[in-house]
Amino acid sequence: MSNDLGAGRRASTATPAQARDDARGRAGTAVEAMPYLPPSSSPHVPDGVDPGDLVWAETVAGPGYAHATLARGSRIRLEDVTGDACAHVVLVSALQRSERLNVADTQKIPWQAYLGAGHPLLSGDGRVLATVVADAADGRHDAFCGVTTLASNHARYGAGEAHSATPAGRELLRLAAAKEGLAPRDIPPSVSFFKGVRVGADGALEWTGGAGAGAAVELVAEVPLTVLIANAAHPLDPDDRYRTGPLRVHAWAAAASSPADPWWTATPERARAYLNTQQHLLARGIR
Amino acid sequence: MTVTWATYEAGYFDRSEAYVAGAAVLDHEIAPRAGWSAVVRAGHVLTLVDVGGNQSGDCLIYDAVDHEERYSAQATIAAQRNAYLVEGSVLLSDEGRALMTVVGNEVERQDTIGGACSKESNTLRYGHHTMFHHACRENFLLEGARHGLGPRDLVSNINWFMNVPVEADGTLGIVDGMSAPGKRVALRAERDVLVIISNCPQVNNPCNDFNPTPLRAIVTDPEGRA
Repeated sequence: MSNDLGAGRRASTATPAQARDDARGRAGTAVEAMPYLPPSSSPHVPDGVDPGDLVWAETVAGPGYAHATLARGSRIRLEDVTGDACAHVVLVSALQRSERLNVADTQKIPWQAYLGAGHPLLSGDGRVLATVVADAADGRHDAFCGVTTLASNHARYGAGEAHSATPAGRELLRLAAAKEGLAPRDIPPSVSFFKGVRVGADGALEWTGGAGAGAAVELVAEVPLTVLIANAAHPLDPDDRYRTGPLRVHAWAAAASSPADPWWTATPERARAYLNTQQHLLARGIR
Repeated sequence: MTVTWATYEAGYFDRSEAYVAGAAVLDHEIAPRAGWSAVVRAGHVLTLVDVGGNQSGDCLIYDAVDHEERYSAQATIAAQRNAYLVEGSVLLSDEGRALMTVVGNEVERQDTIGGACSKESNTLRYGHHTMFHHACRENFLLEGARHGLGPRDLVSNINWFMNVPVEADGTLGIVDGMSAPGKRVALRAERDVLVIISNCPQVNNPCNDFNPTPLRAIVTDPEGRA
C-alpha cells in the first residue's frame, strides 16, 4: 500500500461537475495510515476480538496523531507495526477535564518507574484512569522524557512544526488536545510506549530502543476517558533521521478492571487507587 | 485527632545567606507547611535555604507573562539526559525553553521525579486515615489561584532538598534526604518567571524528616548594588 500524501492533479477540474467527479474519484484508495469505518471493517482486527465489538480502528501515520473519547471498560490496543513507532499518550478523564494523567504519581504510587503489564496510569486525584493490562513490547516504554518540542526539533532536525516532516510530539499533542476541546494547559507530562529508557545509578538516561515490529500494549479505560496520542520520534532517539513508523490503534468494548484481576490487589497502594476510582464512579451512577 | 506538628524554631536551624551576592530584592521565610509565590525577574537569583535540613520545597515555575508555558520535568530530564537536577541544570519549559538555571547547589542531587504530595495520593500511599493531612497540592492550588492558576496548571514539579533514587529494576521511592541545615540551592531566572513553592507538610515519609521546618527564600539582583 502506498502512503498517499496527496495524489495531485489527475483530471480537468475546470467546472464544479468536473471537480466533483475528480474529488469523488479519489475515494476508496487504501493506504497504510487511515481510519477504518465502520471499525468492524478493520483489516487488522486483533486476535480474539469480535469485529462487532470494535469502537475505534485506525492506523496512525508516523508521524501523526490521533484522539478519541472512550467509554469506561474500553480496551485499547496499540501496535508498533514496523518497530519504528513511538506512541506518546496523554489521558484525560471525560468526567472532569481537570483530572488527567499524573506521571509522577504513576511512578511513585506503585514504587516503580518503569511501565509494564499491570501498571496503573494514575491521575493526580488518587484514581486510576487506565491500566496497562498487557505488554508485548518487553517493557520498552518510558515515563521520564515526554515529547519533543518545537525548540528541540528545530535544533536537532531543522524543523518541528506540525506541517514539517519532523513534527515535535508536543505540536501533535496540541492538535489532538484541541480536537477534544482541550487547551495546551491541559497537556500534562505524557508516557511513551514502544521506546524505552532506563536510569543509571548516577541518574544518567540509557536509551533501550524498541521491541521491534509487532510490539503491542493494551490498556483498559477505568473511567470514561479522552485519549490523546502523538506518534512521533522519541526525544532520546539516537537516529538523526527522525525515526517514525505507523501506529495501529484498536479499541473495543470490554470490561474495566475488577477485584478479580491480579493487578487490582497487586499492592496495597493500587488496591486503594481502584477503590477510590470505584467510589468515584459509584457516586455518579456509573457501573 | 489529626496530627499537624511542625518546628518553627530550633537551635540547629541555619538560615544561611544568599548564594549569590547582590542587591536584596526579597527575603522571606516560608513557614512550615505553607505555600509561597513570587515573580523573579530575569537575571535575578533565587536562593532557597533549607533552614532545618531535609525539608522538601516543592516547586513549580511558570513564565511570568504567559502562564501556559510552564516548567516541564520531562523536557528538562530529556535535554540533560539525566533524571536528577544538579548545578548547571537548565530548567526548561514544556516548549523546551529555559526558565531558570541552577547556578548553585549544595546537595548532591535534587529531585524532579517524585511529584507533589496530595490528600488524594496520601490515601493511596498511606491509607485513607491520612485524608485530612495538609498537602503540597493544596498549597499549589491556593497559591496558584492567586495568579489565576488551577488544577489544569499543575504538572510534575521539582522537590528541592528531596531524595528519590531509582534502582536498577525501576524501584523508586522517597528516602532519607542528603541535605542539612543551611544547605542552599540557587536559581537564576532566564526570563521573568513566577515561582510557586510549597513548603511540604508531609508527615508520612522522610521528604522532610517527618518534621516540617521553615524554608528561607532570598532573591538578589547580582547587578544591583548590595
